[in-house]
Amino acid sequence: MRLSPDAMIVWQYGLFKLNGTIVFTWALMFVLAVGSKLVTRKLSTGLERSRWQSLLEIVVTGIEKQIEDVGLRHPEKYIGFLGTLFLFVALASLCTIIPGYEPPTGSLSTTAALALCVLVAVPFFGIKEQGLGGYLRSYVEPTVIMLPFNIISELSRTLALAVRLFGNMMSGTMILAILLTITPFIFPIAMSVLGLLTGMVQAYIFSILAAVYIASATRVRNPKPESAAKR
Amino acid sequence: MDSITLIAMASIVTAGLTIALGSIGPALGEGRAVATALSSLAQQPDSATTITRTLFVGLAMIESIAIYCFVVSMILIFANPFWNHIIAQAAGK
Repeated sequence: MRLSPDAMIVWQYGLFKLNGTIVFTWALMFVLAVGSKLVTRKLSTGLERSRWQSLLEIVVTGIEKQIEDVGLRHPEKYIGFLGTLFLFVALASLCTIIPGYEPPTGSLSTTAALALCVLVAVPFFGIKEQGLGGYLRSYVEPTVIMLPFNIISELSRTLALAVRLFGNMMSGTMILAILLTITPFIFPIAMSVLGLLTGMVQAYIFSILAAVYIASATRVRNPKPESAAKR
Repeated sequence: MDSITLIAMASIVTAGLTIALGSIGPALGEGRAVATALSSLAQQPDSATTITRTLFVGLAMIESIAIYCFVVSMILIFANPFWNHIIAQAAGK
């Protein structure tokens, strides 16, 4: 039994190998990129819209609303990053209904790459929003003693992001494989439906947590609000 | 008992213990979180979206503890580094 699609070699030429993770990731990237390119080729602003445009509009406005709810004031600045994270992870788990497909997020390399993207994106947006000095000062808030703990928390939450997504996706396929050997008739279907739900929740969690981290890095420190000062 | 048997026994027993003990805490925590969220939903249905979103994020945080235990036990069973080392050594002899 293999733990992840890493072990599945699709094509090999000498030292150069293509494993299942890379192939499925490329397929997902292809579907996402070409699909959205095809839909946005002829956009209309009138009342006559294609149904695909309506679908994309629902997705984009929904993600923007969620990002804004977390506390990022201009979601259009962040939707490129956070929306892509959400769509990739969601599509990766939704496609499990296709036979022969294994989610590339069930491999620790993919999830670690996504988590490293978040690790880089947080200081990127933070510095862009409040400057280098302002961002670095957030590490020594409230006192200098907190400096090592802030750095540790930055690293540990990256690890947590990666392992959480990996564990959930891997457990889904693993439980299916184990159940197929025990009760191969109806029960695996119920578990794979549950796996679809878990996948959507994990995609939501992943992007929302990234949004929360970015929000905490970009929060511009205003002078204390009036209501707080009065109390 | 040679080392292969020892490692196999220790890995299997530890994998079972890991997932058994490690799921107790998250189960209690998730139960508490959902119960509190339900009662606050009943009191303030207006802020349902905020409560639900916070609940989901919190549940994912709690659940990740159990997921860590699951990953560790899966590694112990299917991708045990010590086991692989010993097998490689035995094959090399």
